[in-house]
Amino acid sequence: MSTALNPSLPAPPAPPGLRQSLARADRQRKLRAIALTLPLLLFLALTFLVPIGVLLKRAVENPEVANALPRTAAALADWNREGTPPAEAYAALGRDLANLPDSADAGALARRLNSEVPGARSLVMATYRALPLPGLAPDSPAADAKAALLALDERWNEPTYWQAIASNSSRWTPAYLLAAVDLRRDAQGTIERVEPEQRAFGRILLRTFEISLVVTLWCLLLAYPLSYWLSTLSARRANVLMVVVLVPFWTSILVRVAAWIVLLQSEGLVNHALIGLHLLDRPLALLFNRTGVIISMVHILLPFMILPLYSVMKNVPPTYLRAAVSLGSPPLAAFFRVYVPQTYPGIGAGALLVFILSIGYYVTPALLGGADDQMLSYYIAQYTNVNVNWGMAAALGALLLAATMVLYAVYRRVTNSELSLG
Amino acid sequence: MNKSLLAALLAGLAMPAFAQQITVVNFGGANANAQKKAYYEPFEKTGIKVVPVEYNGEQAKIKAMVETKKVTWDVVEVESPDVARGCDEGLFEKLDYSKIGNKADFLPAAVTECGIGVFVWSTVMAYNGDKLKDGPATWADFFDTKKFPGKRGMRKGARYNVEFALMADGVKPADVYKVLATKEGADRAFKKMTELKPSIQWWEAGAQPPQFLIAGDVVMSTVYNGRIDAANREGKNLKISWTGGIYDLDYWVIPKGTPNKDAALKFIAFASTPDAQAEYAKNIAYGPTNTKALAKLDAKVLGNLPTAPANAKEALQFDLKFWADQGEQLEKRFASWAAQ
Repeated sequence: MSTALNPSLPAPPAPPGLRQSLARADRQRKLRAIALTLPLLLFLALTFLVPIGVLLKRAVENPEVANALPRTAAALADWNREGTPPAEAYAALGRDLANLPDSADAGALARRLNSEVPGARSLVMATYRALPLPGLAPDSPAADAKAALLALDERWNEPTYWQAIASNSSRWTPAYLLAAVDLRRDAQGTIERVEPEQRAFGRILLRTFEISLVVTLWCLLLAYPLSYWLSTLSARRANVLMVVVLVPFWTSILVRVAAWIVLLQSEGLVNHALIGLHLLDRPLALLFNRTGVIISMVHILLPFMILPLYSVMKNVPPTYLRAAVSLGSPPLAAFFRVYVPQTYPGIGAGALLVFILSIGYYVTPALLGGADDQMLSYYIAQYTNVNVNWGMAAALGALLLAATMVLYAVYRRVTNSELSLG
Repeated sequence: MNKSLLAALLAGLAMPAFAQQITVVNFGGANANAQKKAYYEPFEKTGIKVVPVEYNGEQAKIKAMVETKKVTWDVVEVESPDVARGCDEGLFEKLDYSKIGNKADFLPAAVTECGIGVFVWSTVMAYNGDKLKDGPATWADFFDTKKFPGKRGMRKGARYNVEFALMADGVKPADVYKVLATKEGADRAFKKMTELKPSIQWWEAGAQPPQFLIAGDVVMSTVYNGRIDAANREGKNLKISWTGGIYDLDYWVIPKGTPNKDAALKFIAFASTPDAQAEYAKNIAYGPTNTKALAKLDAKVLGNLPTAPANAKEALQFDLKFWADQGEQLEKRFASWAAQ
């Protein structure tokens, strides 16, 4: 290196043996460093990257129809997706259903098609259970197969079910991701918006951001003066008060939510106190609405704002403020123009932390909010647990992940700095 | 080898010796307590230990266990839509009725391929008898905020609420699912719910509506009938209007691939006997699925059950097939409706 930087002083050429052993030592040092970080890298890959990869894969995976109905998919390949499909498709469907290795495959197929066309579940399962049908024998003509299926259930005449089979016959699908942003493909594959009464996730995402933003602002408003006060105290007193901040932080979220129910209900402490002080005539509705959700979330997330703010504020020398005042600045102007700008990294870190944590909130809004206070995670849980539609749950998760990453990118653009926690 | 480990080993030996143990999963609360008294404790006398676990109906857990072939739950109580769906998708073992009992002894709805009915429960309207003298008699009353001013508790979600809305709008219980299956019918239900929307206080867990009623947060609420019974056993005066209630069954199922399938079947057989079911109904007001249990109950207990003739007269049976088909779309429509 020195030879390249300083050509005027040519270094004596190193003997080849020495250069080699130097390079070897260097390589060994690097390997050792990598070996030391290897457990952490592996841990990160296994607990972070792999699950996210699986989630993203689930959001586009679509194996059910392709696995269960290969012949039907082939028979529908040339269909123009209008009117009823050719009779060969009926015969192929009968053969595919009869060849399913296990009833669980029929169940998976029924579930997949039902999330596209409500009613497909009962249609597919009833057909599967009715097998074998006389018209569906391998050597009987296609027209018989069609007649047999129509005799079993007239709904096989409706093109929507066949369209759902045809458009889901490939192993990968954008359908879940499109549905997560209130879009869908029509029978011909053109992307369009879903019907007005099925549009939900756009507004839910907006609501999620709105609640997170309000929570972040309240946290900042409450945490800033508190952290400032803490930073001016002696180390011992600050530590004692810090414990007061941290004890609720270590309490289970459920316990804190239950405590807020006790405090905020219409016969609760808060309403009793307000009525007792003659500030109110009748109890305020503080629970099972947006107010309750925000109060509780601010309380739970406050430490995440206080800690970064405090650690930044501790390192702001008080002499700057004094210097500004002694040079003639009014105290308030000095505070906002000299002190506050020095705490920007803390504000940024705290706000980002609180905002990103709130975006994923589930338990608090579920227990303290009404039907229109639920955030995106509530619907992810609903698709995972209630509808058992994991593709949709994964797509909503991917949406949340993408939104968070976009926000982080915006944050970096605006503040032009890495996330620092003090 | 240290002393504490040895002590633990000795303690283990001192425990009553169970040949086997099974994990039984229930919905918790008053229901779990009644099951413990009627099913778990008497069943343990056969030498099989019962480990109760509570859950909230998350089928994802069962699916994950079956898919990864690590099944640690042996018997699970599930709601009716999940029995059919889980059975279709191969999550549950098919039941061998020759080891359980005579199919003819049970309510027809209780006997399914993968699940057998545990009890009959009903979602009904209730009010606080101490605060309201003449309570609502019909769903039209429930939706009438002029006649009965105040908030109403309703379950967060479309299920049951769309049926109630249609009945409030004048649809006969027998026609509810026929109307709801059409686009116009669903529109009608959501339109009716929009009228009541400003007065609705949503609940998430079954334990909430009795609390709302007792605290006076709501003037009336939809509620699972057993929760009202449990509150009244603690000295409250909550009243039920049975008209237009929706009754449904919970089922026992065995997750596919459990290593304790025989013991699980033995447990289900025990819990399906008339004696055990009668004992259960005495502890919580949910109706037995084994019709022979009815003869073992006195009139006072019978009068509180959803299966009592007076209570079931104008009730609606939950349509499992309708919800298996339309549930996902209706719930999404509910989310969209709530956001408006």
